[in-house]
Amino acid sequence: MKYGLQFRDIFAAWESILDGVLVTLTLSVWTMLGGLTVGVACAAAKVYGPGWLQRIVTAYVEVIRNTPLLVQLFLIFFGLPSFGVRLDGMTAALIALVINLGAYTTEIVRAGFQAVPKAQIEAGHSLGLSSLQVFRYIVVFPALKSMFPALASQFVLLMLATSVVSQISVEDLFHAASIVQSRTFRDFEVYTVIGVLYLALAFAFRGLFAGIYYWAFVRR
Amino acid sequence: MIRTFSYIDVMYLIAAARWTLALTATAFAGSAVLGLLLAIARISPIAPLRWITATYIHIVQGTPLLVWLFLIFFGLPFVGISVNPWLAAALAFSIYGSAFLGEIWRGALISIARTQWEAGASLGLSMYEQLRHVIVPQSIRVAIPPTVGFLVQLIKNTSLAATIGLVELTREGQLTAAGTYKPFAVYITVACIYFAMCFPLTQWSRSLERKLDVAR
Repeated sequence: MKYGLQFRDIFAAWESILDGVLVTLTLSVWTMLGGLTVGVACAAAKVYGPGWLQRIVTAYVEVIRNTPLLVQLFLIFFGLPSFGVRLDGMTAALIALVINLGAYTTEIVRAGFQAVPKAQIEAGHSLGLSSLQVFRYIVVFPALKSMFPALASQFVLLMLATSVVSQISVEDLFHAASIVQSRTFRDFEVYTVIGVLYLALAFAFRGLFAGIYYWAFVRR
Repeated sequence: MIRTFSYIDVMYLIAAARWTLALTATAFAGSAVLGLLLAIARISPIAPLRWITATYIHIVQGTPLLVWLFLIFFGLPFVGISVNPWLAAALAFSIYGSAFLGEIWRGALISIARTQWEAGASLGLSMYEQLRHVIVPQSIRVAIPPTVGFLVQLIKNTSLAATIGLVELTREGQLTAAGTYKPFAVYITVACIYFAMCFPLTQWSRSLERKLDVAR
């Protein structure tokens, strides 16, 4: 049997696809902001916090990094209603993604801050700077610079991983694929087009992060 | 019929984990073969080979695994190639995994000093012999800890095979949750089983990293 590739029907459904792109973008950006906040807070708790807090953060990071995102998502979306917490798909997705990304960023941020040589911090103290001044003038800039590339690639991986939220029927880009598929029955073409769109998003995010890196760390 | 979530269900879940492990092993074998070829092609002196493999890696690392899974499972039958869930999952995970493993191994290969290649060449070894006897044995030390880390990613990623109906741990969890109406207990159990598989590997990878002293 010969099969001719036909993309016309898929481009005709561009509105569904565009809606999906917007949901994926929204979800990704909010998750990046939320995950970064959680990551910075947990990294600070792990480095400067009391012993019990450090242990809690370590447990959180290990549990999240050693279980699949899909299971975390199911646990929040299907599991929590057992306790009367009923979340809509988008909220459940956002919570699961932020918790997931937070664990990865915690480690990246912590490593970034600990990569600043101790001698530089001691030098700052011996010049009579306060702890806050040492942090502000000596630690922050090189730490951010060293953690930025790892954060950027983690964020791109996260954006791609948001595709699993389609499994709890959030109408993201991957979900749009199944809608278009059910309308056109052109599976191969649909998933090719969706793949190319994710690729474009990944390049766009990489470009954006490279731009931010250049603007913040190189151009001075 | 609604049944309760009992001891026997937990045993079934643990039994389903063997399919997760089998899928991981298959995917690792596929990723390793493809990844090794990619890693070598990426450092080869033939420029077009480097460009093609670099493009492949950029494309795979820029698309979600779910897209590969669906493209292969639902897409290939439409162009006349029929695949069962196992083959589709094995193919998708191998394609996806090879891009990551290829980069890990390329990093390990290029971490070996240029002079080692030159020493091999001056002993009259061919390109292949330099790689086989000089470079690879040294780079394995560097490659092992991140490879074990990759294995953890792979175990977690196999959960996505549930979306094409392959009955591994996550899918078994979905079926059990549907049968017992105890989704929280079921998914917590599933998460614990994943943790029991991944955490020892994570710790192992870390201790290897310390022991092999890769940093210097």
